[in-house]
Amino acid sequence: MKRYTWRIGVIEIVMLAVSLVFIVPVYVLVNLSIRRLGDPLSPLVPTLHATWENYARAWTEGRLGWALINSAMVTGASVVLLIGISSLAAYVLARVASGWSRLAYIFLIVGLLIPIQLGFIPLYRMFLSLHLLSLWALVIFYAGLQVPFSVFLYAAFIRALPRDYEEAAALDGCGPLRAFWSVVFPLLSPVTASIAIINVIVIWNDFMTPLLYLSGGRQQTVPVAVFGFVGQYTSQWSVVFAALVIGMAPVLALFFALQGRVMKGFTAGVKG
Amino acid sequence: MAAVGALNSPAGGVATDFRKPSATGRQMQKERVVLAPWWFLLPALAFYCVSVIGPSVVGVFSAFTNWDGFSRQSHFVGLKNFFHILSDPSAAAAFRQTLILAVAVTVLQNVVGLLLALGVNSGVRSHRPLRVILFAPAVVAPVMVAYLWKYILAPDGALDSILALVAPASWQLNWLGSTDLALWCVVAVIVWQMSGLSMVIFLAGLEGISKEVLEAADLDGAGAFRKFFSVTLPMLRPAVMVTTTLTLIGGLKQFDTVWAMTSGGPADSTQTLSTVIFQNAFSFGYFSYSIAIAVVLTVLASPISWLQYRLAHRERDE
Repeated sequence: MKRYTWRIGVIEIVMLAVSLVFIVPVYVLVNLSIRRLGDPLSPLVPTLHATWENYARAWTEGRLGWALINSAMVTGASVVLLIGISSLAAYVLARVASGWSRLAYIFLIVGLLIPIQLGFIPLYRMFLSLHLLSLWALVIFYAGLQVPFSVFLYAAFIRALPRDYEEAAALDGCGPLRAFWSVVFPLLSPVTASIAIINVIVIWNDFMTPLLYLSGGRQQTVPVAVFGFVGQYTSQWSVVFAALVIGMAPVLALFFALQGRVMKGFTAGVKG
Repeated sequence: MAAVGALNSPAGGVATDFRKPSATGRQMQKERVVLAPWWFLLPALAFYCVSVIGPSVVGVFSAFTNWDGFSRQSHFVGLKNFFHILSDPSAAAAFRQTLILAVAVTVLQNVVGLLLALGVNSGVRSHRPLRVILFAPAVVAPVMVAYLWKYILAPDGALDSILALVAPASWQLNWLGSTDLALWCVVAVIVWQMSGLSMVIFLAGLEGISKEVLEAADLDGAGAFRKFFSVTLPMLRPAVMVTTTLTLIGGLKQFDTVWAMTSGGPADSTQTLSTVIFQNAFSFGYFSYSIAIAVVLTVLASPISWLQYRLAHRERDE
């Protein structure tokens, strides 16, 4: 450990000042969300007579309860599905060295290069003509969209894993699915955690797809519900801010609960 | 395939062992194949083909047609859609602004992220809470962050009311209403939100720099700046490459923050490729044209994504 010199003290003060740039906007957000409409005080002055009315209005008029349930369902279903299919696929790709396996790997990795904007409109048309435009369309979409990234992380991890356990399981006479599920999958838990965290955040926060694929009403995810709600209430920022606080709370709670894990997950995710 | 059946039966592994006791190496190879049968791939491939490959192939084809998105019929029109991009002022503006936004965000987010990482890593006591606070905006939906800042930057919003206390009135600007400033406001908001992500990647890179090298530089009498430019920065090169490709791709595809803050306005001054794709398809009904713009975006973004994949791959192998 370095000695705490006056130089580090100066850096500490500078860093704390910099962190205000991140804290003050959030303070303003919460501060205004509990303020009565039409209160002319500066956004920096603490709100003394707090009201929950903005939250009540945002909750009912923005249908945020439904949006939270929808987002949780879509995110949960997509991530569980994604982890199942990607870990299975990555296991084959990492363990089989033959030509078709390599070809399949390249075929999947191509997906990392394709921006969603390219297939996004034809897919919308397909779901529309099949009358599938719903929360389930989103689950199918996310499960497919995030496969390349998840397979890539899984495959890299599995390649570094010793084969002894699997071979022992095979000798014990397990079927492939059973051997994978009871022997291999538990060994993948560190990378499963990273993949789950990144996908939960990416899918929960996605905006463009649900904006298009969901018709509104009760069928909305949190970002889209907030988007629609803000469109109606742009002049009433206190109500909008209450909606933002509700919308941000779940993902921030997850982050604060798992801080180090989330940051590690992201670093692992971008570095491969 | 025979081995598949054999291994599926309870005593399969042992039975095959008896059959070929001498060829242990090959036997092992076979068992691996059996443990990971090809059909494990099918579910992932199915979802991937339905939501990525299929639609993208359809997309590329329909960029050369006059498909309106609804009628069953469409005709091959060659490069007409692509030529139309060249004569469409809002597409031209989107193209220019997307490049400006992507480059500006990449440079600023990297510089800010690196400075934050160096600050957090310098031995300050508050490094833990700092890391959490600085990273937190990156996990929130960009739309929500965009709305928070839309209010702060609004006329009579929080920024103007703070500026009123400390600066002359001429500093209070119509930030998002100005064609000169709006794009830079969007850039600033993205950098504000995402610098923490770059910081975390840089911090991971800084952890990898051995104390001995830095101490050796100390013994050689290198100052802080010399140490940074001759030791730290070169050793951070992988992290720099990773965040650079990441932010470039994100910038080129940018939609959420722009759409929530300005919807491309005022006067197209914040249009990006993604917002014109969205508008052309769903506000104007020009499906094939919007897909042609998406093809251009793909051509721009794919090489960088490829580079990013290579970088991640190389790091794994080391």
